[in-house]
This record gives sequence, C-alpha cells and structure tokens, in this order.
Amino acid sequence: MSDLNQNYFEKITYRDALRLAMHDAMQEDKNIIIMGEDVANYGGAYGATKDLLKLFGKERVIDTPISEPAIVGAAVGAAMSGLRPIAELMYVDFFGMSMDQIANQLAKIRYMFGGQISAPMVLRTQGGTGRSGGAQHSQSLESWIMHTPGLFLSMPAKPNDAYHLLRHALKIDNPTIFIEHKLLYNTTGTLDKKNIGAPFGKANILRKGEDVSIISYSRMINYAEKASEILEKENISAEVIDLRTLYPLDRETIINSVKKTKRALVLSESYYTSSVPSEITSIIFENCYKVLKKPVIRYTAEDTPVPVAPNLEKNYIPTIEKIVEYTKKVCN
Amino acid sequence: MSNTLLPKLYKTMKRIRTFEERVSELFIKGESAGTMLHLSIGEELGPACVGTAMQENDTFTTHHRGHGIFVARGGDPNRMLAEIAGKKDGYCKGKGGSMHIADMKLGHLGANAIVGGGIPTVVGAAMSYKYLKEERVSVAFFGDGAMQQGILYESMNMASLWKLPVVFCCINNQYGMGTKIENAVGVKDFSKRAESFGLNTLHINDLDVESAYHKSKDIIDSARKFKPGFIEIECYRFYGHARMDKSPYRDESEESEKRKLDPISFASNQMIKNNILDEDDIKKIDDDIMIEMDKAMEFAINSPINEETEIFKDVYSENDPLPVSLDEKINKILNN
Ligand SMILES: Cc1ncc(C[n+]2csc(CCOP(=O)(O)OP(=O)(O)O)c2C)c(N)n1
Ligand SMILES: [Mg+2]
Repeated sequence: MSDLNQNYFEKITYRDALRLAMHDAMQEDKNIIIMGEDVANYGGAYGATKDLLKLFGKERVIDTPISEPAIVGAAVGAAMSGLRPIAELMYVDFFGMSMDQIANQLAKIRYMFGGQISAPMVLRTQGGTGRSGGAQHSQSLESWIMHTPGLFLSMPAKPNDAYHLLRHALKIDNPTIFIEHKLLYNTTGTLDKKNIGAPFGKANILRKGEDVSIISYSRMINYAEKASEILEKENISAEVIDLRTLYPLDRETIINSVKKTKRALVLSESYYTSSVPSEITSIIFENCYKVLKKPVIRYTAEDTPVPVAPNLEKNYIPTIEKIVEYTKKVCN
Repeated sequence: MSNTLLPKLYKTMKRIRTFEERVSELFIKGESAGTMLHLSIGEELGPACVGTAMQENDTFTTHHRGHGIFVARGGDPNRMLAEIAGKKDGYCKGKGGSMHIADMKLGHLGANAIVGGGIPTVVGAAMSYKYLKEERVSVAFFGDGAMQQGILYESMNMASLWKLPVVFCCINNQYGMGTKIENAVGVKDFSKRAESFGLNTLHINDLDVESAYHKSKDIIDSARKFKPGFIEIECYRFYGHARMDKSPYRDESEESEKRKLDPISFASNQMIKNNILDEDDIKKIDDDIMIEMDKAMEFAINSPINEETEIFKDVYSENDPLPVSLDEKINKILNN
C-alpha cells in the first residue's frame, strides 16, 4: 500500500480497495478491530488484510483459531460492548456452521431486545466458483442472508464500490454481511475516495440501454458488461444495472429501468430456486407486468452442488455466450 | 529376515510421498483440477501406522489433507489421481476432487473440505456397527486445526456416552494454514482434552513408525471393544499449506531443521541398521513405487473428461428425475 494518502487511483485492484477501506476506517475509528483465520500474519487467504497487522498491531488485527461459530459470535458480543469488529470468514461456505450466530443471534439482537442494542459489525467473506474448489468452497449463499431480516447485505463488483460500501458499512448502526468474490480480487478499476458514489441501497446503472435490462451484482456484472458489448454489435441496447447492495435493495431503479425497456434478464451466480434472482424476478413481475413484452428470465447457476471438474464448473454458472443468446431471445 | 512389518510400513510411507509428488507434478503440468491441493509430505507416519493398524472392514473419514490416509488404506493411485485431475475415472467421477475423495468399498466415508466436517460421521458409523453387531471401528482423521472446532467435542462426548467403536485421530502438523499451533490454542496438550471425555489416549511424538503402529493398534483394538480412543500424531508439514503456498510466514531455518525429522529416511536407516533390508532392497522398493505412480500419472492424464450432463447426476437418487437444466427451463419459458 504505497500511496495511502492518495485520494484518486486510476487503477487499483478490488483487493487493494478493500484493504484501503479497512485501513482508512481503522485510522478514523480506534474501535475497529479485525478478527478471523489467518487475517494477521498471513494477510488473509485472499490477501485482503495484508500488512494491516504491521500497521495496526496484534491488538487490532487478530488471528483466530479455526472456530467459525465463535468468531462470528465473539464479534457480535464485541459489537454489543463498544467495539466495531470486522470479522472474516475465509469462505462463504462456512456460513453452514456459523448460521446460528449469524441468523439467530446477530440478525435478531436489536429486535429481540426491543431496540436496546445493536451489533454494528461487518462480516466479510468471499464466495463463488472459478477455482475448482468444489461443493464446499465455491458456493454463492447470499440468498440465505437476504432471507434473514435484520442484516444489511453488500456484494460489490467494482473497486470503487468495494471501498465506499465497506467504509459505509463501518459507520452505520446495522450489522452488514459483505460478500466478495474470489475471482474479483485481482480485477481492477478506478477509485475516487472523495466521491462517495456508493451508498447502501443505491444501484448503479453501469450502462444505459433501451431494449432490455440486465440486472446483476458481484462478479456476474463483469459478464453482463461484456455481453452487452457483444449485443451492441448486434443492435441490441442493453441497460446494465449493478445492484451493489441486496439489502437495502434499490427496487426503484430496477422497476424504472424495466418499465422503460420492457424486458429483463436477472443474472446471478446464486441458485435459480428460492434465491436472490428469484426474488428480483418477482419484484419485476409484480411491478411491471403491465408493460412486460416477454417473461423475465433469471439466468443463474444450475440447481446442483458445485462440481470440481473444470469443464463442468465452467458451465455450472452463466456463460457470456449464453447471456447473449438468452438476451437476444428476450429481445426477439 | 523375520521383520516384515517395518518394510511394509516403510513401503506405505514411501508410496504416500511418491503419490503426493505426482500430485504436485500434475499441478505443474496444468492437469490438476485447481490448486487446492493439500499434500501430506512429511506427515506419512500417522497415516501409515494408524491405517495399517485398522482392519479390513474398518471405516474412516479424512480432512482435506487426506491423500496419504487413503493410500495407506488401499486407495488406487490411478483413480485417486484421476479424481484430483477432475476426470471421469476418478473415485467420484471428478466431481469431488482432491478434497472430497471417497470410496465406500474401501470404507472411505469421505474426505472433507470443512475443517471438522467429517468427524461426527464416524460417530454415526459406529452407532450403526454397534446396532448391527458388526465388529468394525470407524476412525476420524483430522488436523490440529479441527481441535478448535466445537463439533469435535460434541462427537467425543457422544462416543464416550454411548461407548462407541470410534477413534479420533489428530494429525498435528503444527500449522493451520499460516497459523502456528501456539497462536491457535491456549493449552497444547490435546490428550488432556480427550482424557476428560473418558477416551483412551495416545500421543505419538517420534519417528519410530513400528512402535507407533503397535501403540495405535492397542487403541483401535480397545475401540473395537467399545472403548473409544484418541490418537495425536505430531509431525511437520514439510511444504506449503496448499500447492500455491510458499509459507512466507515461517523461517527457512525452521523448515530445513524440521525436514530432518523425516519418518521415511528414519525407517530406511532403521532397516539398514538392524539388517532387515539392505540399500539395494530398499532401492528396489522405491523403483517399483516410481513405476506404479508414473503409471497412475499417465492414467489420470489420459482419463476422459465428463460429459456435460454429469453436472445433473447424483443430486438425487438415480430413480428420481434429473434436475432440469437452466437451458431447458429458460428455453421453455422463452418459446412459450
Ligand atoms: C470450517 C473451515 N474453516 C476454515 C477452512 C479453511 N482452511 C482450510 S485448511 C485450513 C487449515 C487447517 O488446518 P489443520 O486442521 O491443522 O489441517 P492441515 O491443513 O494443517 O493439515 C483452513 C483454515 C476450512 N476449510 N473449513
Ligand atoms: Mg495442521
């Protein structure tokens, strides 16, 4: 992290944007701590907390035992008692064993206790396919969180959003689940620290279009952008909407866009059934059914566990070719 | 030449190491499915002694670093390497990969990518054996990292409460990824934890594989008589956590010092010193293993990839319809 005090970065990785966000937040707020497996010495399995130990010391950047339920639970307790923890789960798949602390404790503290207290913390983790990690290291489990009232949920795709959303999450009075994607860390983009362009609950229209709305988030945004470039050559003008946060969800931007284009494709690495994409699809249908020219299509991962075999894993999630193919059919 | 046990244990350890070297090569050749490959180089003693002390019908689960244990339990290197390559001939049709190898025929109830995830499985397996009056023991293999998972203690308590034929076996390689054991536990004496659940305990902290075998066998034999046990085997992870990890978090001097504690060269020296085998005999064993593992490499590389429809198989029973593919779902809607 060379020029920490720079305000504008022409090109920064998603990983460094996150590191910088944690760095800046920790300088501002002495009560922010980081805790998780290999976050200190190792710098995080995907490098997002690299060097923070050196800068902030081991009182604030804490390696934990491999004890996920207690990592989340202890962060909840610390958040209730004056600290603002950033807890890290190395893989989103570890929601499995942590879900009691996330859904029954963290999400419900404020409500159950009649609004006396909240647990203002951020739970950072990463998910998604692309490394042949298999059924227990490649999932997209955001739907579990969206299904649980009480939690903010952020899944940025771009470095600038990653920075600002994480900074924002570290200031608000709600617990936030922050899900990164393992194949986004090395992607790059600009970062403007001064331009607070990414408040929670505000989607970003990455590309204006007239014929169809492609609504997505996280890594699939990059697929949507590539597909829209191909579609443009075939005279189809796609509007690409990056939701950035799933709670709060920017329903208005989705609805306005689809009212304009009258066609929609929801794109996600999550499941087809009972999922974030199925929720967005029903929002569109409920609000836009009068103008829709075609059924809303949700293009997602297959409703199966994630296979290791690279040739199977590749087609398990959406492909750019198929996004183009389905979008053309929607516009037909 | 009365001692055939030590050569047998030596051969098992050497097969494990050579197999793992091939896994590493498979990665270098770009033929492995991904890089999440956790090698047991340096840790061969535990799998060899416990694996050999188990009986034919005994079963086991392993952690993510489980290749060595499966080799010791009779895993076929061809099908193992094919699995690691994500190929059709692999033990799980290439859908499980390195971290999920399993073979019900050989009693391998599954490797696991969730630290601690496979531990309660052996409790349930042992419940079955006891109920069905089968004389079998089920062994859970896991790393020192899993000693910090609550589910281990829930499982130990059940094993103790219900007097189950179970052994919990911790391969303590001193690290959980980049975190040294000292930074992960308040008290390092794992046996004490197991003792407090009433388990028979064994702590192995030397390189004598033959004596480790006899001691492990006692624990396993007691488990067969419904006295569950716990074995901790201390060792050292010679290389990185996974294939890509260069271990920047530990000193090279530590590594070179610890790599001297090599169970394989220790066993081979023991054999020579005690006139069990001479250098030529050992070389012959090593050469045969090389040939075996080279063939496995070839098998894995030449194994075909899966047809695309394989994604949808094995989600539900083969008597049930396959999940409908997205392509079918989406085209049906669009063609409406
Ligand atoms: C529940 C869970 N937490 C974290 C991880 C990530 N992870 C994979 S291996 C590993 C280290 C495990 O250490 P140990 O149990 O000692 O086994 P070793 O790798 O040393 O053989 C970690 C943290 C995981 N796979 N599962
Ligand atoms: Mg370990």
